[in-house]
Amino acid sequence: MKENDLVNANRESSPLRQFKATSSRPPINTSRGLVGWVRAKLFNNVWNTVLTLCVFVLLYFVLKPALNWAIFDAVWRAANRRQCLAISPDGACWAGVIDWFNNLIYGRYPEPQQWRVNIGFLLGVAWLASLTFKKTPYKVWVGICAIVLYPFLASYLFLGGSIGHDISVFHGVMSAAALGFFVLLYMNLVMRLFGKKCLHEYVVSRFTTLSLRNAKPMAFVTSWLIMSVVMAIVLFRVSLVLVPIDHWGGLFLTFIIAGFSITMAIPVGVVLALGRRSKLPVIHWLSLGVIELLRSVPLITVLFMAVTLLPIFLPADVQINKLSQVLVAVCLFAGAYMAENIRGGLQAIPVGQYEAAQTLGLGYWKTMVLVILPQALRMMIPNIMTSFISLLKDTTLVSIIGLFDIMLMARNIANDKHWLGLDTEPLVLISIIFFVLCYGMSQYSLNLEKRLKVDR
Amino acid sequence: MSVMQSSSIVPNTLSGQQNSQYKEAIRIQKLNKWYGDHHVLKDVSLTINEGEIMVVCGPSGSGKSTLIRSLNQLEEYQEGSVEVFGHRLVRDKQSAQVIHNTMGMVFQNFNLFPHLTVLENCTLGLMWIRKVPEAQANKIAMNLLDRVGIANLSHRYPGQISGGQQQRVAISRSLAMEPKIMLFDEPTSALDPEMVKEVLDVMMDLAKSGMTMMCVTHEMQFARQVADRVVFMADGEIVEVGLPEQVLMKPQWDRTREFLQHVL
Repeated sequence: MKENDLVNANRESSPLRQFKATSSRPPINTSRGLVGWVRAKLFNNVWNTVLTLCVFVLLYFVLKPALNWAIFDAVWRAANRRQCLAISPDGACWAGVIDWFNNLIYGRYPEPQQWRVNIGFLLGVAWLASLTFKKTPYKVWVGICAIVLYPFLASYLFLGGSIGHDISVFHGVMSAAALGFFVLLYMNLVMRLFGKKCLHEYVVSRFTTLSLRNAKPMAFVTSWLIMSVVMAIVLFRVSLVLVPIDHWGGLFLTFIIAGFSITMAIPVGVVLALGRRSKLPVIHWLSLGVIELLRSVPLITVLFMAVTLLPIFLPADVQINKLSQVLVAVCLFAGAYMAENIRGGLQAIPVGQYEAAQTLGLGYWKTMVLVILPQALRMMIPNIMTSFISLLKDTTLVSIIGLFDIMLMARNIANDKHWLGLDTEPLVLISIIFFVLCYGMSQYSLNLEKRLKVDR
Repeated sequence: MSVMQSSSIVPNTLSGQQNSQYKEAIRIQKLNKWYGDHHVLKDVSLTINEGEIMVVCGPSGSGKSTLIRSLNQLEEYQEGSVEVFGHRLVRDKQSAQVIHNTMGMVFQNFNLFPHLTVLENCTLGLMWIRKVPEAQANKIAMNLLDRVGIANLSHRYPGQISGGQQQRVAISRSLAMEPKIMLFDEPTSALDPEMVKEVLDVMMDLAKSGMTMMCVTHEMQFARQVADRVVFMADGEIVEVGLPEQVLMKPQWDRTREFLQHVL
């Protein structure tokens, strides 16, 4: 009350002045230009000047021989290593790498069939790219099918053979479903692009007359089924040349292992992380056991166990190829690390989020899928990407158990009778390839982080 | 959902407005809760009638938040019972259903979902629990956002709007589920003083519409203007219950007077 009187007294003694905000002015220019920057950062005092000059000298002594070896004295065209050495004994012999380039990329995949590999990867890229388009209908399902169905289609393309003979009918059916989904997806996209209705939206009227509640999704599923049947008829007629898994190799194989385990690591990791936080003791201890066991063992050991021990536990007539064993092993291994990443994210979610979801009436799974996991995954993007990058590099370990990935192919160049002892150059090339891939991934993760920032 | 008409067999001694036309919305009986050895709720009994605005006040640590959070099972209690529209709550699916169908809650820290837009925050429950089609859910949510005066912010993210606006979104999010009872757990305590009013205005508007409300708050002005009854709690007990004039102006206990001297 006293304060109020004071305010009133003030008001009476002097009439209130009107407050007007000072107009803002543009910020002052602090940029200095290139010369200014060099002067301010590199030569601003004696000590820095000396340091800068030292670095320049060092760079000169490191870069000059490196560039000379890699570019200026290098041999780009030669029939064999002897010729290379004759032309320029101190330069790199890129001719060998170029000669083997196709093998580095595709392994021993027969050259006339290599278009299948290209198509397979293009399909995958196009499938994922459709997720970034605004007009794609049913994006969640596009994503789920990319994980569930695409591997069947891709492996059918890579493996070939006739359905029912070389590969199982189930595999063929799944491939057809995948192809049907893909074709439908892009047909819908093109139709939307031209301002038309989606294919299934034409069928929808049939279903609304049946007064079904979910007419639209039903129409979509129906059109997908029809498309899949068409594709199945095509696929079961065509027979591709069988390329056994032993012939897969090179960067192609590296991509298969890395791509598969990266996509599978997230679901496996989510399941393990949720399991570890579960209140049910069996699930909790099981998840904990799997995670801790896999994390405390080197990847190479897991790979060896998968290849040598797994067949012992399986019935004698069941034979799995080495690649599947490796894929399962790498997936579990990556999943265990992913689980710990995701658990970190889950723990960072404030308890209020769970409470808010609970008061809305969302159950455990809806709370997790709609509220908690999206936030946890976004929060952990840097860590998840770090795991992915190290996973990509770790895949080179499969060369030790005899899969012809890019690493083993590179080592093989040195055993080629024409290029005997040529091992530096292939390794340099592989380093460059891996650098480009990993740097790309890390840049993409930064971009993703910026776009999906949790609290904008 | 089973909304049974409650029969008032037990004489309602705590009710300020003993009137047979009122139906009981919530009946709390002899609620006891311990955190370890700490006895946070001591034999709390209270009845809230339909359409009643109940304001709970008291010093921090008096158990008022624990009490309101016990009603929708965010807190477990060891003894006593809570009945909502005659349905005694236990830890099972049916009780959870009753809670979700009848009670909405607004938190001190808003607890909006930061990865969803304002509109998506409001439609989440409608679309995934009530299974309302998206277009219709958007319409309902936009109506509510319009009612709390922030329809223009529907496509912002919670991190991009002020605290007062966030709290109003939180209120709309709860209202979207069409609750019969709204629980407010210190809705204005985390707000800058300038923003308290906009949230209180929404709550007053809501009170006028006939919503049953239970508010834990320190806003005595709000209590005086809107509340049908005021509960004063201290040390886990209900010290006084009564009409706002009675409790806030002529408190019967020294503990109440002491508290009021600090907040008024």
